[in-house]
Amino acid sequence: MSGSPFTSTLTLAVGAVLVCAVTVVWLSSVRSVIRVVALQGVALGVVVLVLGVHLGDPGLIVTAAVVLAVKGIAIPILLERAGGGALTRETRPLVNVPASLVASAVLIVLAFVASRGVAHFVGSTTGGLVPVGVATALLGYFVLVARRRPIFQMVGLLMIDNGIAMVAFLCTAGVPFLIEMGVSLDVLLGVVVLMVLAQRLRSEFGDLDLDELTELHD
Amino acid sequence: MVLVCILVLPLLGGGVIAAGRGRPTFGWTGVGANGAALGLGIWTAVRVVRTGPLTGAGGVLRADALSAFMVVVIGTIALLASWIGIRTVALELANGQSTRRRVATYGVLVQAFVAAMLLAVLAANVGVLWVAVEATTVVTTFLVGHRRTKGALEASWKYIVICSVGIALAFLGTVFVYLAALHAGGHSANALDWTSLMAHARHLDPSVMRLAFALLVLGYGTKVGLAPMHSWLPDAHSQAPAPISALMSGVLLAVAFYAILRFKAVVDLAVGTGFARGLLVIVALLSLAVAASLLLTQRDYKRMLAYSSLEHMGLIALGAAAGIPLAIAAVLLHILGHGLAKSVLFLTSGEIMAAEGNSQIDGVRALLARRPALGGVFGIGLVALLGLPPFSLFSSELLMARAEFDVGLGWAAVAAILAMVVIFVAVVGHARHMLLGPPGTAVVQAPPPGWVSAPLVGGLVVCGFIGVFAWPLSGLLEAAAHVVAT
Repeated sequence: MSGSPFTSTLTLAVGAVLVCAVTVVWLSSVRSVIRVVALQGVALGVVVLVLGVHLGDPGLIVTAAVVLAVKGIAIPILLERAGGGALTRETRPLVNVPASLVASAVLIVLAFVASRGVAHFVGSTTGGLVPVGVATALLGYFVLVARRRPIFQMVGLLMIDNGIAMVAFLCTAGVPFLIEMGVSLDVLLGVVVLMVLAQRLRSEFGDLDLDELTELHD
Repeated sequence: MVLVCILVLPLLGGGVIAAGRGRPTFGWTGVGANGAALGLGIWTAVRVVRTGPLTGAGGVLRADALSAFMVVVIGTIALLASWIGIRTVALELANGQSTRRRVATYGVLVQAFVAAMLLAVLAANVGVLWVAVEATTVVTTFLVGHRRTKGALEASWKYIVICSVGIALAFLGTVFVYLAALHAGGHSANALDWTSLMAHARHLDPSVMRLAFALLVLGYGTKVGLAPMHSWLPDAHSQAPAPISALMSGVLLAVAFYAILRFKAVVDLAVGTGFARGLLVIVALLSLAVAASLLLTQRDYKRMLAYSSLEHMGLIALGAAAGIPLAIAAVLLHILGHGLAKSVLFLTSGEIMAAEGNSQIDGVRALLARRPALGGVFGIGLVALLGLPPFSLFSSELLMARAEFDVGLGWAAVAAILAMVVIFVAVVGHARHMLLGPPGTAVVQAPPPGWVSAPLVGGLVVCGFIGVFAWPLSGLLEAAAHVVAT
């Protein structure tokens, strides 16, 4: 990769998204995890902004503002409310921290191997960064299955979404503007729904681990 | 204009319900709105078959024969479900299980749910389709959790988490389709339109399209409930109020499958028919195997109906894998027949549950003797669902099997028939438990009021009618099949 300001800023922002993802895997305090996910949203917004400025696409710059507002500010505030007051740490994760970090390393390598084809197809600087988005999504999936508090599952879903959104922006400079708006709105609504559900779960069961949900089975 | 009306009518109905502040009688505006949308859907279908596709809302909406057919299916089931929904919420209010406020929320969400499904099938654009399908997830989560019991909350949590992951994969698949379309020379503004995708299909990069289709089948397949992504389905269907189970099982699964069907047509042109066929055969047979094994040991009749949906989605996926016009026409007929039979069964099961107070197969005995009306409808519904004549599922299953033999998928058809035999035995065994037997000392109970029985019987009559007489649908089915057949 060349050292042009575009390339270096983009690489830095994309790298920040992945670093945030790994940090979430590492942390167990609810409050710091929400902050890190907010930071990830901001980094994603910067990725979109850099792409928008580079391509001179005003639609993309507006999208960047929306991504920043929704994923960097609105959703973290909602998460903070959903998680606030409740238990503040993940006490019994299914996988402990050192093992989680090893798993992250494996997943990142896997992401790079699996998305080589698409990266090559896209070509240029942005193509080379596509695997980072896939890795972020995989780490989100890992958080989703390895953690047992509802709030961490919400964070995991959000990371999957951020990773996939980043792949979308890097591959194609974003899907058309209107659809991007619809997508952001749906994600926001999804988080609101999850939040309300988490509150209802709490009022019904108290502070729970999700593997205590065992009413339904065959 | 008509297409916009089809979308706006259910929402208007929802608005009136909101204004009614939870009086159950305001539910009738929802029924009226959905009925009107169905009427417009039928009108659209007739127009489309005669004069070709319609567009609306500046090109955002488009109805070809396939879309029009799906609108008719959605409208029909929505009419049934919102009708019985009035009974459901009135009973809950009477038993003190609900409040006026929750009744109003329920009515509004049901109408939003119907509108989102209509948008999904009328969308001219792959991206709008995605947004609409995601919107159905958001709306139905609350509907699944409507009762707010522990089980209902657990089911809705599982539902939204699993389906969110699925829909995220579908989004990634959509992005890869967009990537391939841009490289094939599509213009970014309309590259995601179905018409543009079909026109450029032969120039789309095959390796990217293979990856995209695998993600789309995984993603939308999660919403269809195809194995191995089905684990949310029995929980959500058994915990949701009966009208919601009817809507989800009867049409929501089919709407998600509609997305796969459309993408399959594009992928078939881009990479040849073998790839999509192989993938669909695998998930179809897996779904049938899972459904058969879990139906044998099922103890809850709503879960039994849910696993039967898994079976029928497997059959539909297998029919789609065959892909020739005959197969697709049969798949669409099966979607309608299954929608009618399954929604009548879920709605009846809601009545049975309200009357008997439990959803265990062991907890319900001698239904035919004690509650002849409910037991009769339930029994006849099961006969339809099991694919016996004269109901339309018999003809559609026969036609799908024939098409599968025609394209060399005979071995898969035989495997499917074996699974269906197991399922037949299992369901008949459970039904015998519930329906037959001496009434004992219990008195014969009064049937539900006529306005409740009428739509249930009506649904079964229609299902039987289209099984015997194909003429009202044959033109539409043929035109719709040619939209996506190979």
